[in-house]
Amino acid sequence: MSITLEKSANQTKKEAAMSTSSLINPSMESMMSETKPKPIIEIDNVDFYYGASKALHGISLNIEPKKVTAFIGPSGCGKSTLLRCINRMNDLVDVARVGAGQFRISGVDIYHPSVDVIELRKRVGMVFQKSNPFPKSIYENIVYGLRIQGVSDKKVLDEVVEKSLRGAALWEEVKDRLHDSALGLSGGQMQRICIARAIAVEPEIILMDEPCSALDPIATAKVEELIHELKNKFTIVIVTHNMQQAGRCSDQTAFFYLGKLIEMDNTEKIFTNPKQQQTEDYITGRFG
Amino acid sequence: MTHAFSIRPTKAKTVQTTAFWIMRGMTYTIVVLATLIFGTIFWKGGSTVFQTSYPFVNTSFILDRPETLHVATSEGKKLQMGDKEWRAYGEKNPDAVIEDHKTYVYSAGGIFPCIVGTVLLVLGSMTIALILGVMSAVYLSEYSKHGLFIEWVRISIANLAGVPSIVFGLFGYGIFVIFFGWNVSLLSGWFTLAFMVLPVIITSSEEAMRAVPQGFREGSLALGATKWQTIVGNVLPYALPGILTSSVLSISRVAGETAPIMFTAAYVVRDELPWEVNKFSDFFFQGVQALPYHIYVVSSKIPQNEYTARVQWGGAFVFLVVVLAIAMTSMVLRSKMRKKYRW
Ligand SMILES: Nc1ncnc2c1ncn2[C@@H]1O[C@H](COP(=O)(O)OP(=O)(O)OP(=O)(O)O)[C@@H](O)[C@H]1O
Ligand SMILES: [Mg+2]
Repeated sequence: MSITLEKSANQTKKEAAMSTSSLINPSMESMMSETKPKPIIEIDNVDFYYGASKALHGISLNIEPKKVTAFIGPSGCGKSTLLRCINRMNDLVDVARVGAGQFRISGVDIYHPSVDVIELRKRVGMVFQKSNPFPKSIYENIVYGLRIQGVSDKKVLDEVVEKSLRGAALWEEVKDRLHDSALGLSGGQMQRICIARAIAVEPEIILMDEPCSALDPIATAKVEELIHELKNKFTIVIVTHNMQQAGRCSDQTAFFYLGKLIEMDNTEKIFTNPKQQQTEDYITGRFG
Repeated sequence: MTHAFSIRPTKAKTVQTTAFWIMRGMTYTIVVLATLIFGTIFWKGGSTVFQTSYPFVNTSFILDRPETLHVATSEGKKLQMGDKEWRAYGEKNPDAVIEDHKTYVYSAGGIFPCIVGTVLLVLGSMTIALILGVMSAVYLSEYSKHGLFIEWVRISIANLAGVPSIVFGLFGYGIFVIFFGWNVSLLSGWFTLAFMVLPVIITSSEEAMRAVPQGFREGSLALGATKWQTIVGNVLPYALPGILTSSVLSISRVAGETAPIMFTAAYVVRDELPWEVNKFSDFFFQGVQALPYHIYVVSSKIPQNEYTARVQWGGAFVFLVVVLAIAMTSMVLRSKMRKKYRW
């Protein structure tokens, strides 16, 4: 994989040099926008602050439904910050605030005072970098989201547990120990429990912040396979430091640097023919 | 044999050895002192509480009320009996010639009302302290935003922890006994004792809640739970073992302090037991006898002689056992919870 990346890097350098003068012609651009489906998440010129320090600078990007979008970039560039804005997890940070711009999901400004954060989070699930299954049984972990919505019918819950665990490709592994503690599972299984827990409430969008960073290659492969499956039903946004992973499982890739969006395009394009020198340098491992 | 690493005495090593032995000596001294204290209480108290014949435990000392001891001689025989027995004796032998009749207050009978009173005081005040304390801790650790006001609240709590218990006693007397008009009662004692241990409970509960990983809160919120649902379902249960650990210490304090209950809840002597009330609400407005106060009374408020030692040591012994029992119960509770929620 690294070899092909390097090759493509050399290639792209030449191509980039050639294409700098010829900007995309207008007719082509209109053609592209016609074929593109309506975005489900629209991020519109967002500035974001932690206290006085500006973490995001005028970010604008669109995320299409039922696609996997990857956020890449060096550590501290604001990927997690942006991701956590999408389900307003940053509300938990006292000093955090959106300084300018809008986040729209299905056309609704999610930072508008009339928006119920609880409803938003039901529709925008999240899987965290450090897998965080609750210290309860596997079963209780999966039904947590439903229980807090007041669902207590055992038949419904049982069904959801099986469906979600199958959805997270975990059913066969844990079906005999549903009532054992989720903390007795392996790291990869725990992360899939968290994914199953997120899909149990049937969100539309799932945000994943480096879901595989603590997993070994086999567990990572399983989660990646799962992401591939999940995109039939959900819109997925994934933060990753792993270039191969972004290449393997995403449709779109956005590259960030120092709180700015440098470039966003189809994953293939980003990896073979990035427009920006910085993107290319990062992907080829020259910095970051 | 000498070589590059052979042992040589140096100054640093001598200093180390000396310091080490001083510390070891201190530690051993403490162990010896603790053994002496407990040993004396168990030895002397044990002779009151236990007996050599069946049922081996002096049930009358545990289950009877305090009585006055009568000592006298009658027809060359030395009599030594409690009040009830004395009267029965008098009725049975109306013609007996009694000489050298002396009475010693509280030196016969048992300490049952004191045990009951102490248990009631501990249960009530710990309930109040835990409810108030955990609620404050939840607010401080989960809801409050950093700011001057919260800093001020924290400083107040820290200062409250340093207030001497006699001041709490006077405070309770002023507020609950006089101002609220609850008189000397269980209720006044509960609140006074609860306020005394509140700072410890708040501080340690808050610590226990902060020790719950942030990931559990985020995970819960990300599933669409409200903050309240998150706290009740996914933070408090995991913090409970820690909260209970700290409350074990508070239990000993609540059970042991005399000063706070002296003016607010404790009677020197009371004939009725706490459940012998006319109506339910009277239960809360009655004073009780309590072990530490009883020990204080029999050791310093009545003339000392060879007959008072029995109750003093026996009371101290039973007191230790009661505190131990309550503390053990909450430790068992805690380890059960630990098993249920482990991360
Ligand atoms: N809670 C916070 N309070 C203050 N500053 C923060 C906070 N969280 C993040 N930051 C700052 O915001 C910037 C972006 O951080 P962020 O966590 O979004 O980076 P990231 O791209 O996810 O990095 P990584 O790849 O290491 O996870 C960093 O400079 C970081 O120091
Ligand atoms: Mg991050």
